Amino acid sequence: MIALKDISKSFNGRPVLQNVNATFNKGKCSFVIGASGGGKSVLMKCMVGLLSQDSGVIDFDGRDFLNLDYYKKKELRQEIGMLFQGGALFDSLSVEDNVAFPLRMFTDFSNSEILDRVNFCLKRVKLENVNKLFPSNISGGMKKRVGIARSIAMNPKYLFCDEPNSGLDPLTSRVIDALIMEITEEYGITTIVNSHDIKSVFDMGDHIVFIYQGKSLWEGTKDDLRNSGNKELELFIKASEF
Amino acid sequence: MKFLEQFGRYILFLRACFRKPDKWRMFWRAFFTEVYKMGNDSFLIVSIISMFIGAVAVIQFGSQLQGSLVPMTILGRIVRDANILEFSPTITALVMAGKIGSNIASEIGTMKVSEQIDALEIMGVNAASYVALPKIFAALFAVPALVTYSMFLANVGGAISCYFSEMVSVDTYVQGLRMDFNSFFITHSLTKAVTSAFLIATISSYNGYQTEGGALEVGSASTKAVVQSCIAIIFFDYILTQIMLY
Repeated sequence: MIALKDISKSFNGRPVLQNVNATFNKGKCSFVIGASGGGKSVLMKCMVGLLSQDSGVIDFDGRDFLNLDYYKKKELRQEIGMLFQGGALFDSLSVEDNVAFPLRMFTDFSNSEILDRVNFCLKRVKLENVNKLFPSNISGGMKKRVGIARSIAMNPKYLFCDEPNSGLDPLTSRVIDALIMEITEEYGITTIVNSHDIKSVFDMGDHIVFIYQGKSLWEGTKDDLRNSGNKELELFIKASEF
Repeated sequence: MKFLEQFGRYILFLRACFRKPDKWRMFWRAFFTEVYKMGNDSFLIVSIISMFIGAVAVIQFGSQLQGSLVPMTILGRIVRDANILEFSPTITALVMAGKIGSNIASEIGTMKVSEQIDALEIMGVNAASYVALPKIFAALFAVPALVTYSMFLANVGGAISCYFSEMVSVDTYVQGLRMDFNSFFITHSLTKAVTSAFLIATISSYNGYQTEGGALEVGSASTKAVVQSCIAIIFFDYILTQIMLY
């Protein structure tokens, strides 16, 4: 479980996040939604430790991320998987080496054990016979799938997805959504997805947090989404569906 | 003020770089790849430049000595010392700043803007150390090796120049090359080479690591890396010469 308590962050005196509170449960797929520039990406960067919040607590199952020492932070980070908007695959490494990277870096597995795990992860995201290809030789959708395979290689407890459907056609978007959903349920991961894609939210959002101008305005399930009673959220959904 | 801020960030970056690598096996693999890349890619350009530096030095110093009462054997000695003390370490370092400095900055800069550095950080990898440390150590190994090679080749270039210009015989030139050799000059030259290697690799890595934005910023970081490295090389060239030779 990840709990956010009064997270605030500002840049050059301009507040981007103001007292954001939310709870993301284990084995559930939670969505953070909101308009562009609303603070979703900054919130995710704070959660994964790329930015430090000015105040508030980010609690990973009882561990306050900001106050952990260097080595504890490193340990916690190895429990985190992240799917980036552009995939963020290492250009100089093949698909196989990309997925194998965290295993080579943090485990003492033999080469054959690593290869087995890589093939398992690639098969899990429905990619086969692409091991030797480089990121520049594969499509956007495949890059996302390789990104997912790399994220799950270390059996993460927490999975963060930053706009996983951006730049993808509707069909591939649904494939990626289904994969994220399956993996979340299969491994009991705490998954947090940043998205604009309302279809994805309704398809797989177990829990939704709506961020508006840096504040968490609404939190609930997809069933409550249409009758939230929140003007800004209703407007956002209407505009997205239109 | 801005210079001090940048310098402070550079020191913090170095502190992050010089941490123990997460996995030594991966560090050594990256180190050997970088040494090969730096050495192999710069071998031809260093060869050409060194040969011509030696050749031009012979003609220029020779033309100054002609008609004077100074014996022409001194030409070999002057060219040798100039090559060892200044031309080879400084010009090779400046060429390397342009070649590997821009390469390092653009490689790390591209990794930064395409979120590859963020991906490393999130995995729990010390990204600064992982991307920059093998390059820094590879430069510390490759640049002095190339400078040593350049010293030898510059003197060979001088001999070739003697052969074609007929200013002085090759035998007289070689006799001069072997005259009053001071081995401390090699120590001085290699000290400059190691210092330049450190400056090129760290300044370029730092500029790449600080890149934010897109392709335009990567290009700008690459240019900044070369300019700052060149200025730092010249500055430390002066300081080291003052300290070690005066």
